[in-house]
Amino acid sequence: MKRPNVSASELFAPRLQRNWDWRAATNFITGGAGGGLLVVAAWVSLGAGDMRVPIFLALVLVATGLLSVWFEIGRPWRAFKVFRHLSSSWMAREATVAAVLFITGVLALWSNQRALIWLLGLAGAAFLYCQARMLTANKGIPAWRHPRCLPVMLSTGLTEGAGILAISLAFPLATSSPALAAVLLALLLTRVICWRAYLSGLRADGAPQGTLKALQTIDAPLVAIGHVIPAALIIASWAAAPAGAGTGSAIITGVQIMIVVAGLLAVGSGWALKYTIVRRAAFTQGFALPHLPVRGSRTVDLATKPGWSRVDQAQQ
Amino acid sequence: MTRYVMVIDLRRCVGCQTCAAACKQTNATPPGVQWRRVLDVEVGEYPNVHRTFVPVACMHCANPPCEAVCPTTATKKRADGLVTIDQDICIGCANCVMACPYDARSIVRAPHFAYGDQPIASEAARFDPGRIAVSMKCTFCKDRIDAAAVTGQVPGRDPEVTPACVNSCIAGAMQFGDIEDPASNVSATLASTQHFRMHEELGTEPGVYYIWDQA
Repeated sequence: MKRPNVSASELFAPRLQRNWDWRAATNFITGGAGGGLLVVAAWVSLGAGDMRVPIFLALVLVATGLLSVWFEIGRPWRAFKVFRHLSSSWMAREATVAAVLFITGVLALWSNQRALIWLLGLAGAAFLYCQARMLTANKGIPAWRHPRCLPVMLSTGLTEGAGILAISLAFPLATSSPALAAVLLALLLTRVICWRAYLSGLRADGAPQGTLKALQTIDAPLVAIGHVIPAALIIASWAAAPAGAGTGSAIITGVQIMIVVAGLLAVGSGWALKYTIVRRAAFTQGFALPHLPVRGSRTVDLATKPGWSRVDQAQQ
Repeated sequence: MTRYVMVIDLRRCVGCQTCAAACKQTNATPPGVQWRRVLDVEVGEYPNVHRTFVPVACMHCANPPCEAVCPTTATKKRADGLVTIDQDICIGCANCVMACPYDARSIVRAPHFAYGDQPIASEAARFDPGRIAVSMKCTFCKDRIDAAAVTGQVPGRDPEVTPACVNSCIAGAMQFGDIEDPASNVSATLASTQHFRMHEELGTEPGVYYIWDQA
């Protein structure tokens, strides 16, 4: 007799979800970064000049995410049915906002008008928010439905956007903005606070053991490589900046290289964080018995919730 | 109002998997997909070990998270409590699979059969390409429930209009009926027992009750 790959008792405990693979993760990774980039670009457009390169990059990122998820859905030729449930589905809302975002984006690229860039920034913020809510609406995945997952997804999207903007301003114009670096630093600080609050919240509230293991594995490198080093580079760039920095020059300077590296680390760490949340930490709810059945001679009332870091939630 | 629910007496379930087999036979689910499963859990350490069998499937929640996240309205909740999927609308995005805390939904991405690439005669006769690459789950044997409106029979009392798993249970551990009817079998059973619903803390208000002791 052929043995099953998974025993019935293993099915009781939380399992790693396998329905949303790297293609779905890509939507959150690049789409969130694109939305965040539009928000930060709109803000920076107040003081800086041409934002068309970052806007184009943002549209490419959002399109990459949506195209990626289109390849994942089972019936891609029915994709336009995705707009039918705006009243409660964050996926439907994300798709609707994406349509507005692309229309506004093309108009902004064509006209380079500040009002349109601001409108596009709002669309980017809405897209990022829809994505984050789409993840947290999934009650079947404890790591996603945790209330502190939403600020993590929002803050990392904005941080990645600021990081990409810092990089895109350095190439090809060799410009840097001390104000943008300050925004990036503030967002890095916000993200690390949200991340640690999320992790401590999952520990305190109880989460599947596999979820905690996956997230704890990335904790130290995420904080060090994704936050401490880029923050140090930004501060060092301020200390090393000569008078007149930020106005642009013919060649890229050491200060700008520091900002670019800080941006790359902010983006890379954010993408690794989202991939971990969407793929590696996404353990299902599993099952629990608040009471075992009482048969024959009466026994002590027992409960079970296998695979969880705390079982007292099952005891009602 | 009618609200169909299922009542499962954990004290009676012997883990024979007959309900799972009856479901598979009735609904022609492909290999690897079981709309109804019987989980087997052991608690404790030798010599004090308790073994419990837990039949699970779609809980037909009153507040179904799968319905809220569905972007296409393919998943709907009926007035009688059944949660349904319109597989002609479903795009197979798997958002409902992620939203369900009961691991009740599955998506088969490509046809596969019990013996290789080609279906055997019984599989070919019941193969439905419309179920490929879209979400699927237990329907509470919806067609039977709908037939009751025509025949005048009562789901949960008359086997012809009762879910196959309930009919098949050798231990009488499963019951089906209208919880809004105080005279129904499920109302009477729940009134005389202690019971719980799976993951009630999530606010889904599942339509499956698990009995664990007498009142």
